[in-house]
Amino acid sequence: MQLPWERGSAMLNDITLGQFFPGDSAIHRMDPRMKLILTIVYIVGVFMVSNLLGYLISLLFLYIVVRISGIRFSYLVKGIKPLRFILIFTFVLNLFFAKGETVLLSLGFFTLTAEALSYATYFALRLVFLVMGTSVLTLTTSPVQLTDGLERLMHPLQRFRFPAHELAMMMTIALRFIPLLLEETDKIQKAQMARGADFETGNLIARAKAMIPLLVPLFVSSFRRANDLAMAMEARCYRGGDHRTRLRELRYTRLDAYAVVAMAAFLMVIFAEGRLLG
Amino acid sequence: MSLVIENVNYVYMSGGPYETHALHDISLTIEDGEFVGLIGHTGSGKSTLVQHLNGLLKPTSGRILVDGLDLSDKATDKRAIRRKVGLVFQYPENQLFEETVEKDIAFGPKNLGLDAAEIDRRVREAMRRVAIDYDAIHDRSVFELSGGQMRRVAIAGVLAMEPQVLVLDEPCAGLDPRGREEILGLIRALHRESGATIVMVSHSMDDVASLAGRVIVMNHGRVAMDGTPREVFARGEELRAIGLDVPQAVELAERLRERGLDIPQGVYQMEELRAAIAAAVGKGKRHA
Repeated sequence: MQLPWERGSAMLNDITLGQFFPGDSAIHRMDPRMKLILTIVYIVGVFMVSNLLGYLISLLFLYIVVRISGIRFSYLVKGIKPLRFILIFTFVLNLFFAKGETVLLSLGFFTLTAEALSYATYFALRLVFLVMGTSVLTLTTSPVQLTDGLERLMHPLQRFRFPAHELAMMMTIALRFIPLLLEETDKIQKAQMARGADFETGNLIARAKAMIPLLVPLFVSSFRRANDLAMAMEARCYRGGDHRTRLRELRYTRLDAYAVVAMAAFLMVIFAEGRLLG
Repeated sequence: MSLVIENVNYVYMSGGPYETHALHDISLTIEDGEFVGLIGHTGSGKSTLVQHLNGLLKPTSGRILVDGLDLSDKATDKRAIRRKVGLVFQYPENQLFEETVEKDIAFGPKNLGLDAAEIDRRVREAMRRVAIDYDAIHDRSVFELSGGQMRRVAIAGVLAMEPQVLVLDEPCAGLDPRGREEILGLIRALHRESGATIVMVSHSMDDVASLAGRVIVMNHGRVAMDGTPREVFARGEELRAIGLDVPQAVELAERLRERGLDIPQGVYQMEELRAAIAAAVGKGKRHA
């Protein structure tokens, strides 16, 4: 049995996705816009891979990037752990429903085909790469930089009345409040547990009811915080994105050029390898 | 019933980039009926330590015995521990959630599985102890109350569990001077009336000086000093060196001594100091 306070700390410990790992590596110093673009390019590239060697090359590329960034690779692998159920679920589902001809095993109405097996494996691998690839982005880019990059990238859309600035600001605020909210949840949970509350046992209804002492205070404090923040922003003359200048202008540097070259090389290798073997 | 803390270490987020060693090899014994003031600046490990006392946090190594029961032992009933050791968190009003004051205070006793009559008795008793009028307030919403009232209702919510040890984490934080006096007054009364063991975490040296019979000073996750207020506050230089202060009475006594007034060492309460000054001035006059 897992004890509630163990779960509380495990919850905070295991979330790699969205956690920033401060550093001063070449990867950290890249322009966030370029990192965003290249992350998407990398994932698209990995999704085109269709044999094991290709995945090995993708893994090697990711490994080198992670080494440059100074983050332990094991830390990235740990980030997949919370997703293991989704992975197993999609794997099994694909195993059952993907179509194929080469029958490996037949049990009643269930037939396992070689095509389904490889499809399920590749699909699971793609999910793993998706998570690890985006983890590199969020681990090496501070939330402020990340939303800054997003805002600049979405800027051209503003011509079509797309609220790029507002969206980026909302994301910044949301990201900034996640750790606070987690901390607050942990604190209120502990306070209620100190009063004998039980979040662990009982049936579904009993458990849902047990959440009330947690959710009500959480909502109350969230609204109060939002209100305080809105006032503090107004007090500093915030009125949306119009005519707002920035403290740090984003600039592409030589690092970004190198990154583009490296990514292009990676894509070419993947493509050539796919042609030769696939 | 006693609280025994043996070689307790605690590490937050071990292995991650933000790993922090919050408690270093803490060993303490808190006896029945003691009033302990736990002081230290922000991040010294006070709050982490008090969360160990009722099993909310589990030591990374070492053990904690409450009334002889080992908290790390899986067989120990956590609810029995929570019943013995009541913990009032910092800003406890943030945990209020029920529709009425009465229901909120009843939350703890209800979780203990008590019957309606006993719950009612405990709610009334807890409200009496925090000096809140049952008839006037029991059916009001908790969110209609003033800050000081909310704080007292939240404390009543823990008192209603009738713990033998009451742990309060910064019970006066964020209150105005009057609210502060009221809370300190009711904690003092609690200790006198029921003889409960009290552990109070505080930033304020004056609060600790006026209430505690024993002072434990924490610094960087270690116990830096442990003794009677007289002993601890006599070490003013050391306290200042770790970023803490001394009670105003001690400060005043030191300055008067510098100016040549004969104030005995170890004075830390205002009343004492007043007597000491009167005595010193009286003596001076006689000599002149």
